[in-house]
Amino acid sequence: MALANILHGESVRFQTPHGLSWDSRPNDIGFESEFGDGNSFAFKASLNSGYDDGLEKKIEFLHGTTTLAFKFQHGVIVAVDSRATAGSYIASQTVKKVIEINPYLLGTMAGGAADCSFWERLLAKQCRVYELRNKERISVAAASKLLANMVYQYKGMGLSMGTMVCGWDKTGPGLYYVDSEGNRVCGDQFAVGSGSMYAYGTLDSGLRKDLTVEEACELARRAIYQATYRDAYSGGQVNLYHVHSEGWTRVSQDDVLKLHQQYAEDKA
Amino acid sequence: MAARYDRAITVFSPDGHLFQVEYAQEAVKKGSTAVGIRGKDIVVLGVEKKSVAKLQEERTVRKICVLDEHVCMAFAGLTADARIVINRARVECQSHRLTVEDPVTVEYITRYIATLKQRYTQSNGRRPFGISALIVGFDYDGTPRLYQTDPSGTYHAWKANAIGRSAKTVREFLEKNYTEESIANDNETMKLAIKALLEVVQSGGKNIELAVIRRNQPLKILESKEIETLVAEIEKEKEEEAEKKKQKKSS
Repeated sequence: MALANILHGESVRFQTPHGLSWDSRPNDIGFESEFGDGNSFAFKASLNSGYDDGLEKKIEFLHGTTTLAFKFQHGVIVAVDSRATAGSYIASQTVKKVIEINPYLLGTMAGGAADCSFWERLLAKQCRVYELRNKERISVAAASKLLANMVYQYKGMGLSMGTMVCGWDKTGPGLYYVDSEGNRVCGDQFAVGSGSMYAYGTLDSGLRKDLTVEEACELARRAIYQATYRDAYSGGQVNLYHVHSEGWTRVSQDDVLKLHQQYAEDKA
Repeated sequence: MAARYDRAITVFSPDGHLFQVEYAQEAVKKGSTAVGIRGKDIVVLGVEKKSVAKLQEERTVRKICVLDEHVCMAFAGLTADARIVINRARVECQSHRLTVEDPVTVEYITRYIATLKQRYTQSNGRRPFGISALIVGFDYDGTPRLYQTDPSGTYHAWKANAIGRSAKTVREFLEKNYTEESIANDNETMKLAIKALLEVVQSGGKNIELAVIRRNQPLKILESKEIETLVAEIEKEKEEEAEKKKQKKSS
């Protein structure tokens, strides 16, 4: 792999298990014998080879963000902010942090923007190939598994990605959190990023079983707004999506400052 | 002419044949018969049991194999080749469960096996697999399926089919006798499979092995007692038919 060539060290070539496949060509007819499946675990070369004095990697990443998603009776609501920061510099207020994988799957972006968008676009390609081969849509579980397996091969090599894969498949609404550490968790609500704690607070206090679509959207919008209010690294606009049985719809895009005025008026 | 074009598998003959593949199909025709029938709530596989030598353990000769809980296959042709294909298919069934968190559909695993077979018709230094397979099972939405693959790597869905020696005879029998009422219930479907095999096996029920999968249940291989019972039922029905015909003639 290209990355392995850059990172020197005693990295062993990924081996396919011998008894199972003896052809050295990449196996594209099924899911077996992927790199990580073999009994030999490749030695992972570290980025700071030799000079690891406990400091974290010095590459700048855009961890500053707030993204959230939660399931409710009418599907999944996904809400994100749109600020990108490089240190204390606000690089952009209009970043699209929701990646439209296909008409019924969404992925959110937190961490390295390049990592997120690259891997999720690759996931989109894999999902489309799956759909063509198997004549049915890929499930959210399978899509998130593909993404998790793809990035797991690069574990320890410096990828930074914390994404939520949201969609609707034949088992209903699906929501998975996948990150570059190799975590893949199914859940009913997630918030990711530097502003996630503030978002969780608002979300937890307002979440009920019988929310209507408008109430859920308003709750998500409020949660992102509250996060941007307190977290310096989140801001810009609130982008809101709703995933339902027919796919996803873009609900709204609201500037956080306008929301601030609106909520202040409501209080008075 | 054929002699010059069957050396290396990758060579087409002037009239468009892949002779190695055709020779592989000949090898299949020498294998013992296997029949598969798709019923409404049951899928049945029947194979002709080859008579074993006196000192040989009968159980070690198994022509019907489980690929996963809900899918199984029978083959005709070279047993050793079948073992390799079955191993790969079993691993793929589990890999699919791991990656996609869903059991394979019968079509998926058939497509995998067929792609594997095709790969061996297009590589250097390898010969094709000398087996045809009948793959049966239920998809997770409960639909029963029966597929057949052959050494060239093609696969098709069937309602009922036979492979191996005398496959043609059995298939013709099935074409005549596969009706709505012949698969009306599980018992009838099993009897149809036995009837089809009885056409071509010598010495009756002792040389037949039958396996069934019912919806949401694992594979069940019938004991010889159960097969004897079914054979006896079939014999009785035949006699009753013959009686009726006699009466019609005399009246």
